[in-house]
Amino acid sequence: MYWNKPIETMERNHMIELQTSRLKATVERVYRQVPFYRSKMQAEGLLPADITTLEDIKKLPFVIKQDMRDNYPYGLFAVPLTEIVRIHASSGTTGKPTVVGYTKRDLDIWAEVMARAFSYSGASKTSCIQIAYGYGLFTGGLGAHYGAELLGASVIPISTGNTARQIMLMKDFGTTVLACTPSYALVIAETIREMGLELSEFSLKAGIFGAEPWSENMRREIEKRLGIKALDIYGLSEIIGPGVACDCLCQNGLHISEDHFYPEIINPLTGEVLPDGEKGELVITTITKEGMPLVRYRTRDLTFLDRSVCDCGRTLVRMGRIMGRSDDMLIIRGVNVFPSQVESVLLSIGNTSPHYQLIVDREDNLDILTVLVEINEEMFTDEVKGMEELERKIKAALSSVLQISAKVRLVNPKSLERSEGKSKRVIDNRKL
Amino acid sequence: MIVQQISVFLENRKGTLAKVLSVLHEHGVNLRAMTVADTADFGIMRMVVSEPEKVEKILHAADYAVKITPVLALKIEDTPGGLLNKIMLLANGGISVEYVYAFATTGSEGARVVLKVDKLEEANNMLLQLKNNTEEGQCW
Repeated sequence: MYWNKPIETMERNHMIELQTSRLKATVERVYRQVPFYRSKMQAEGLLPADITTLEDIKKLPFVIKQDMRDNYPYGLFAVPLTEIVRIHASSGTTGKPTVVGYTKRDLDIWAEVMARAFSYSGASKTSCIQIAYGYGLFTGGLGAHYGAELLGASVIPISTGNTARQIMLMKDFGTTVLACTPSYALVIAETIREMGLELSEFSLKAGIFGAEPWSENMRREIEKRLGIKALDIYGLSEIIGPGVACDCLCQNGLHISEDHFYPEIINPLTGEVLPDGEKGELVITTITKEGMPLVRYRTRDLTFLDRSVCDCGRTLVRMGRIMGRSDDMLIIRGVNVFPSQVESVLLSIGNTSPHYQLIVDREDNLDILTVLVEINEEMFTDEVKGMEELERKIKAALSSVLQISAKVRLVNPKSLERSEGKSKRVIDNRKL
Repeated sequence: MIVQQISVFLENRKGTLAKVLSVLHEHGVNLRAMTVADTADFGIMRMVVSEPEKVEKILHAADYAVKITPVLALKIEDTPGGLLNKIMLLANGGISVEYVYAFATTGSEGARVVLKVDKLEEANNMLLQLKNNTEEGQCW
């Protein structure tokens, strides 16, 4: 179901024209309005007039999260505060929060891209959408809320928490679409089971899940346990919030609303732009935002782009499921290693993704990678040879995927250090 | 007879055996038989207890990977050849023994043997049919 058919099915050359004119206008505006961009461009000897094609974007310097902290709170805003109608901020666990400001038009664009995302799932004005993302400074709740309202659906703004109540309303109100984090979807599924309720008592059809990385395996698990289609939604508050990209029912990549967010994939080490299909760091330029436009913002998220036409008929470029974070990348014996690669190896061996940790040491000038894998009951067999075979299989799969050899050590369940429920993925003991 | 053996994954580090034993001790679990198979990196502790399901829950709650495996438990005479005739019987019957652990007790109680075999029911029946099997049904 299309929400904005002309845009969603726009031919590539028309999209390029649209993006080019919007990019030029954005560069012009930030150069004029934001001292940060002006001085960065001047340092490179660039004028807005030097940007005439999409290709020219490569000339522009990148923006990173630290730039937002350095310009805290309003330094990157391109309009006076009188034009700003909403302010969101990140949790700021590693310093000052990152602050984003929206004009009235920014909020309209946000609602538009979120309405598209909901419609990708088959949702329409007849749907009942339960928003179980947090409402507040976090962009998840309000972002999804206004998109669902624009769609014309009946919106249940329940926010997070009180799972038993969520489930009661979901059942009684006939919720058809659930929007929350994928891990919370699993909590809801588990609680439904514990409450002894049957899926047939619910009207759920689809879920829009995001705000945290998840795997294909988790998707299948959620779909099985809730009896729905589970779609991945991508976004980040720096760019706008949820709705930057979302799966359609084909589940073959997330359609980026590229008429508003222009994506590039770069090599995170060199900054070089990579061709479609190659995996690298996603860089986004907002080409319509007024309040706080970002030019070539490095998301640190790793993915790839696919510009082929989707089976759903949409031409909007698709990005692969997020495969990890570029700041997690390790260089071991000269080879780039991502924790997500280890995760995919472990997933391919068992049915569940065990917690793991990468430990890098340097002995006699040689990097040694040890992968600790938490054993779970599914992997555990009573026999030594079975366990040795498991270790051998993991080791062989790791060396073929990573291109370097790794030691594998099986460890007890829940023995690896966790922060906020997530394992600490990497310990680098090298003194470089 | 067939009993439910509990297997626990143990990392090969100092103190891991003491830790799991103290968990069992805290809950008043009495080990009837126990062995640890080890490799360079890890060990598998196997044990027979009187309430295996309860012990499985205890260990699971203490974050151990636990598995319940049915095994054969035999009581044999504590004399030379006591084990041999049983093993011969199984070997002649085409049963493979995957692992075995045994220990002697004091007095006239004989020795106890735990056997992990490939064809459990078949092996159990063979032993039950063995004449003069005085210890039948009264192991442990």
